[in-house]
Amino acid sequence: MATDPLEKTPGSTPGSAPPGAPAGAAPAADSPSPSAPAATATADAVPGQRSDTPMIRFEQVEKRYGDHVVLDKLDFEVRRGEHVTLIGPSGSGKTTILRLLMTLERLSGGVIWVGGEPLSHARTPGGGLKPATEKQLRASRRKIGMVFQQFNLFPNMNVLRNITEAPISVLGLERDEAEARARELLELVGLGDRVDAHPTQLSGGQQQRVAIARALAMRPDVLLLDEVTSALDPELVAGVLDLLRQIAHDTDITMLCVTHEMSFARDVSDQVLMFDAGRIVEQGTPEKIFTAPEHRRTREFLNAVL
Amino acid sequence: MNGSKFDWGAARDVLPLLLHGFLTTLLATVLGTLVAAVLGLVIAIARRAPSRLVTAPVRAVMEFVRSTPLLVQLVGAAAVFSSVDPLVIGIVVLGIHYATYTSEVYRAGIDAVPRGQWEACRALSMSPRRTWQAVVLPQAVRNVLPALGNYAISMFKETPFLAVITVEEIVFEARKYGSDHFAYTEAFTLAGLIFLVASYPTSLLMRKLEKRLGH
Ligand SMILES: Nc1ncnc2c1ncn2[C@@H]1O[C@H](COP(=O)(O)OP(=O)(O)O)[C@@H](O)[C@H]1O
Ligand SMILES: [Mg+2]
Repeated sequence: MATDPLEKTPGSTPGSAPPGAPAGAAPAADSPSPSAPAATATADAVPGQRSDTPMIRFEQVEKRYGDHVVLDKLDFEVRRGEHVTLIGPSGSGKTTILRLLMTLERLSGGVIWVGGEPLSHARTPGGGLKPATEKQLRASRRKIGMVFQQFNLFPNMNVLRNITEAPISVLGLERDEAEARARELLELVGLGDRVDAHPTQLSGGQQQRVAIARALAMRPDVLLLDEVTSALDPELVAGVLDLLRQIAHDTDITMLCVTHEMSFARDVSDQVLMFDAGRIVEQGTPEKIFTAPEHRRTREFLNAVL
Repeated sequence: MNGSKFDWGAARDVLPLLLHGFLTTLLATVLGTLVAAVLGLVIAIARRAPSRLVTAPVRAVMEFVRSTPLLVQLVGAAAVFSSVDPLVIGIVVLGIHYATYTSEVYRAGIDAVPRGQWEACRALSMSPRRTWQAVVLPQAVRNVLPALGNYAISMFKETPFLAVITVEEIVFEARKYGSDHFAYTEAFTLAGLIFLVASYPTSLLMRKLEKRLGH
């Protein structure tokens, strides 16, 4: 292969400052915006290029539906290139976290930072933060890609078009270039011979591989994976997990992964977050979480799934 | 006049006139359907607009068009735009009338596109415009094709109303020949047969299409 299909585009500096947000204009410490207490900490350097700037930071993130608190003042960080697995019982808020990161949902409170820039908010000229407009969200979600449990391939397009659509219409790639890259990605996911196939002609496992290729084609900094093998027939799960292991091993993409496949989580994770009722009850390396869990809820959960 | 006997000679005379009128009927149906298909889509999208400044007037006009009879709309429009070719008025009025129905069909077709498709578009940072163009509309239109076809057939059967505003379609010709030669039975029997011969196979075709699209 002449080029590495997973290589980042040169020049696509993640987290470059948006217009109207000079990097030096750090908000005052007594910022009137209660949702941005620590905005000073990351605004003073070229964001996203400092290795110590977390790739993702949740800061007092809240999500409510009416009175129902789904995420409760959540704080956590993910380093650049880190692979993080979210585990926990059903309804504990794992999907909600990924959907907030993908900007499919709006926050009820707090701030999400990606590459040192606010994802959910825009900086105001005064140095504070205000909720982002739809247009601003569209710009900031480019750094992030997502693979869904139900694949969500476009049934009106063949496999190749599924992968080239967004690179052409969003990134502005030439068709030839987009198709060449799509073919490379299809090779990578083991479907080099199904370029012209229609999604409905593929097995669930093959569809999910295409969905992974589609997400990677946008060269995201962060890849979100929400139970991507849960809708698959059992015999197809291992192949998709192997592919994800390979991507985790071969690339520097930051991965957030909700899964019930504990051996997979153990293999690829740098950090495991155990959720219960919208809070992190325990977090640590896979060794710690899987062999010496401290929290009772973690032990109960692992006993139930292992 | 020859009592209740069917006059085959008159039938032979009127047939070419009816077929000529039938071309106008077809033209009105095809163009009227086109107007209804395009305008219905525009209405369906406009009704999803976030602002009530857009949705409220669209709804009001729709209500008005739906709650008045087609015949009244035709005669009214012909009176107001008396200098416009009646065929053009007929096509536009038919198109607008049916657009209020096809817009509902589109709405259902758009609603039937799964939420996951919209979310996949957002996850790929696609613009709203591109989301509609490349993903939602192609799937919605596929959902609605059979229903649109059925509205085209209904419109076809309502084109005789155009005779009232002097469009020279098939029923206009039948009535003219009938009164000139006092042969209404022959003229209208043949006109009815022509409608039957045209619409029955079309209905069968539509049913086939529905099956093929999996409805
Ligand atoms: N659109 C919604 N409206 C109301 N409640 C919701 C909505 N989406 C999710 N929830 C609730 O949020 C909670 C967390 O859901 P989710 O993030 O899907 O959990 P998990 O992925 O861990 O199973 C659940 O109690 C769920 O019922
Ligand atoms: Mg979930």
